[in-house]
Amino acid sequence: MATIEEPARIPQRMAIAGGLLALFAVLGAGLVAVTEDATRERIQSNEREYLLRSLNDVLPADHYDNVLFEDTIEVIDAELLGSDQSITVYRGRLGAAPVAAILTPVAPDGYSGPIKLLVGVDYDGTLTGVRVVAHRETPGLGDAIEAERSDWIRRFDGLSLGNPPQSAWMVRRDGGDFDQFTGATVTPRAVVKAVRNTLLYFAQYRDELFEDRRALVESESGDNERDRPSGSVEE
Amino acid sequence: MREIALQGLWKNNPGLVQLLGLCPLLAVTTSVINGLGLGLATTLVLAASNLCVSLIRNVVRAEIRIPVFVMIIASLVTAVELAMNAWFHDLLIVTNCAIIGRAEAFASRNRPLPALFDGLMMGAGFTLVLLVLGGMRELLGHGTLLAGADMMFGAGTDITLHLLADDGGFLLALLPPGAFLGLGLLVAAKNVIDRRLERRIQTTPAAISSAAQPG
Repeated sequence: MATIEEPARIPQRMAIAGGLLALFAVLGAGLVAVTEDATRERIQSNEREYLLRSLNDVLPADHYDNVLFEDTIEVIDAELLGSDQSITVYRGRLGAAPVAAILTPVAPDGYSGPIKLLVGVDYDGTLTGVRVVAHRETPGLGDAIEAERSDWIRRFDGLSLGNPPQSAWMVRRDGGDFDQFTGATVTPRAVVKAVRNTLLYFAQYRDELFEDRRALVESESGDNERDRPSGSVEE
Repeated sequence: MREIALQGLWKNNPGLVQLLGLCPLLAVTTSVINGLGLGLATTLVLAASNLCVSLIRNVVRAEIRIPVFVMIIASLVTAVELAMNAWFHDLLIVTNCAIIGRAEAFASRNRPLPALFDGLMMGAGFTLVLLVLGGMRELLGHGTLLAGADMMFGAGTDITLHLLADDGGFLLALLPPGAFLGLGLLVAAKNVIDRRLERRIQTTPAAISSAAQPG
């Protein structure tokens, strides 16, 4: 292959090489574009189906009759919802009456990073279910918060701010009502705290959450809400 | 053909001998199903990229072959990942150097059919290592095998085997060091088997002649 070339032919060969590279770039990009186009709809519907299934894990489908992911509101509350990014709240209604909401708060103080949750709350403030969506907790120790690995997360079903009393919304080691795991206290502590804070948030802002708008933003001063011009959900 | 199969599955196994694709190999093998997913995806990409590279081997000049291989492999990986996400569940696919290794070492020097077969066999060898390592780690760590099949192939295919009491398991197996230890044991086991085979071949004539002697 490495034969000595005539100098005069070098530019020509470089041009051919460049052309070939460009050709393969076009072919490669074309392949990706065609595949993307062929799979986009399926992937989207998969994601929707998956989302709906997770939503129905925390809020049984017979509780509401609207399309959950078309009735959402974006909220921000760094203190109670654990993130300074906006958090999606799915609103469940029966007819026109609000019946429940699913919040997507973050437990910021997990053992190895934030833990993303789905929290379903009845209109009266009773938990309909809690699930962990994403986490990086230690396999075998902290991952017992996953519904597939243990029943611990189902312990929240039916609880509310008064049941158990607010002072008992802690893991046992801290004097509360919730079991920690052998070898892992930080993870359940973070989840219990996040769920309690979510209930506090819901109790405080329930009526605003069900108002007919797409976003709810707390201003710096505290009790002063304003609409954001751009709702981040459109369909 | 036989030689190509033997190379891919055993003698030159990408996971155990070439030690290529270590990053996904170690990261993904926490369960059999995870390993199977990565194995299938890698096999698919390997076969397709070997075929493409072999088809163009006389067109593409030596000095631009590497960028061309990279483009082919990158677009194939992206396409396979999209297809997997559409028809299976979310899957982690990591491009690995085993793929470009085969493109360079085999496909660019051989005719399309052998190249395709080499891709399939190398992929199969890689998948086998992923399955065994995933099985070891899942069994020790969770006490199960084949957990999560329904996540990949859709509901109704839950074929989890609960083999050991679910008492938390042997955590180390699931953590990254467990992956290194497991792979090390597999490599060692392969070497032991190879040495045994070699010795048997060598000693067979001698064994007959010395059969009369005690000891």
